[in-house]
Amino acid sequence: MNAERLSIWQAAYVIARRDFFAILLSKAFLFFLLGPLFFGGISVAAGALGAKAASSAEPPRLAVAMSERDNAAFAETHRRLRDAVELPAIERLSVEEGGKPRALLADGTRNFGAVLTGTLASPELTGTPEQIGRWQGPVALVAAEAAGGDLLLPPVALVPTRSSSADTRSLRVGTATAGITLLFLLTMLLAGMVLSNLVEEKANKIIEILAAAIPMDAVFLGKLFAMLAISFVGIAVWGAVAAIVLALGAAAIPPLPAPAVGWPLFIALFVVYFSLAYLLIGSVFLTVGSMAATVRDVQTLSMPATILQLAVFFLATFAMTDTGSAIEILACVFPLSSPYAMVARAAQEPQLWTHGVALVWQVAWVAIFVRTGARLFRRRVMKSGPAAVSRKKPKRSPA
Amino acid sequence: MLTGTGTMKRALRSGDAALAIEARGLVKRFDDTLAVDGVDIAVPTGSIYGILGPNGAGKTTTLRMLLGIIDPDEGVRRVFGHDRPHEVSRLIGYLPEERGLYPAMKSDEAIAFMGALRGLPLDEGRRRGRDLLETHGLGHAIDRQIRQLSKGMAQTVQLLGTLVHQPRLVVFDEPFSGLDAINQGKLEVLIRDLAAKGTTVIFSTHVIAHAERLCEQIAIIAGGKVPFAGDVDTARDRIPAQVRLETRRGEGPWRAAIPADARHESKSGGGHFWSFPVPDAGIEAMLRPLIEGEAGILSLSIERAGLHDAFVAIAGEAAARELQQDKGEAPR
Repeated sequence: MNAERLSIWQAAYVIARRDFFAILLSKAFLFFLLGPLFFGGISVAAGALGAKAASSAEPPRLAVAMSERDNAAFAETHRRLRDAVELPAIERLSVEEGGKPRALLADGTRNFGAVLTGTLASPELTGTPEQIGRWQGPVALVAAEAAGGDLLLPPVALVPTRSSSADTRSLRVGTATAGITLLFLLTMLLAGMVLSNLVEEKANKIIEILAAAIPMDAVFLGKLFAMLAISFVGIAVWGAVAAIVLALGAAAIPPLPAPAVGWPLFIALFVVYFSLAYLLIGSVFLTVGSMAATVRDVQTLSMPATILQLAVFFLATFAMTDTGSAIEILACVFPLSSPYAMVARAAQEPQLWTHGVALVWQVAWVAIFVRTGARLFRRRVMKSGPAAVSRKKPKRSPA
Repeated sequence: MLTGTGTMKRALRSGDAALAIEARGLVKRFDDTLAVDGVDIAVPTGSIYGILGPNGAGKTTTLRMLLGIIDPDEGVRRVFGHDRPHEVSRLIGYLPEERGLYPAMKSDEAIAFMGALRGLPLDEGRRRGRDLLETHGLGHAIDRQIRQLSKGMAQTVQLLGTLVHQPRLVVFDEPFSGLDAINQGKLEVLIRDLAAKGTTVIFSTHVIAHAERLCEQIAIIAGGKVPFAGDVDTARDRIPAQVRLETRRGEGPWRAAIPADARHESKSGGGHFWSFPVPDAGIEAMLRPLIEGEAGILSLSIERAGLHDAFVAIAGEAAARELQQDKGEAPR
């Protein structure tokens, strides 16, 4: 054995290896594996929240693409009636633009629920069956009024399509909500476990032995990454179970709405954002734990961190309904909410460069959090103040 | 205060290879509490070094600074010439005052884990751990979890974990506390064995007898300061040797030969005891008047001061009282 010390990564590995196997063989891991059942209960509540979020997202609009004269008359009547009757928002388009209604409906940037073409006397409505069924009456009413009010309600020709961008957007909000909720539950479970692990070290008085042998940064990294590895084991188990369930009952399970970036990339991004979200909140919890002198202190001090975690969850959930708004950008930039907001983005928006920027940003913050946490940990965890006899420093006379 | 500060300064500049630990001017504050106030220590390689002081004197904080567990607010320390003790972590073994192990770990795994923290491969750590457990009479506990062991057995496991990587410097913080007399004796033997093999041993204690039996050098800590650091003999020599004289008679012309401030006790059976420092002129000049004056000398001895007396003289009566209270003894 030479005189060199272990590198910080070697030392972190020693800690991580111990923690990993200790947790893997503990009852806590069993509870962690049972987490999806807990998630099932929570998802019922989250589903309600998601539905609310979906309903509060920008509602789909009706594209009006008749002749210029009919468009003007329709828009004027729509303006007159919209306070008295519940009508969809409209956007006027030229006849040429309306010539390809399916392309308009598929355009994710325009949020059209249906496209109105034809004439006031003979309107034609293209869209998903649900949407055109819902808007058939209002369109006939406005068309009749716009035509002078003498006509009976004109027959609206319905051209159903399989989907529209508005439908997809609404469904993707659901995917985003599910992603954020899963992320929140996983990080909450893991942060709680890492805190319990630290409490155990304090209770067993191991921490001084660790601090004497290896740098505190390594203890920090080891503990964080051990729990991350544990979570990957859990995810692998759940993934295998989910794959089996899907394989056995694929026909009975309705297809999930595909996220904007596609399933493979969404899953990859989810795992990365989950890792970063956990490392951020985990380092906060570890730092909080280090500042506590007793187990009770740990529990008390962890409350603000838990509240912070909840606040971050609600911020991201609220912000995701309005992609590109100031609040959503704030959620993407604020380090603790950034992983949540970016998971929601991955579900709703196809751009990839934003994820590259966000990942660099979050990795930088993870480094800052871990470094600061380790420094505070080292400063606070071995403090032995209360046991010492108070000795005020005598003032030194100036030289 | 450390003797030979100039030597210390030179050593700190050059990283004296003869010193396992060297520290100068260590200061540590915890909020408004000044725990350690300017500690200087130099521990020769291969020696047994005691840090002596009552509870709360700053011993543990000093050890933690020396080992890099906490950083000093002021001052410098070097371990085997390195400013950062973690850089020579593989050479150090540390047994903290508050003993702790993972309860679910098996004994040999616990030892191997402590070795792994110091860079010993796990497999080698397990092998050595099993050997050490066998050697120290705990072969039956190899596969038992720590939670299944008695407190004394768990303490032994932790001690073996401290030594499994064969460190060149071993630091024990209050190693004798919580041990019965038999195990205290075994630990003393172990410390001597380590030193005999060239390992530097530092231990803190508030029991003077352990330091007196084991240490070549000591540092006395009181109130966060080190009023003395150096050889045990030098500490004892701070107090002159005492003359203990017993005479049949209590008065006579010979009485002038005995120092006026000598302590005098009359024995109920008629004898008289006298106690005083050895005179500068020696005791030979004093004996003639006593013999010629027929004082009736019954016994005469010269006793060198013990470490306890030296501690009292150096750290003060208050620190000595604290020390005895820590031991649960009535003040002498």
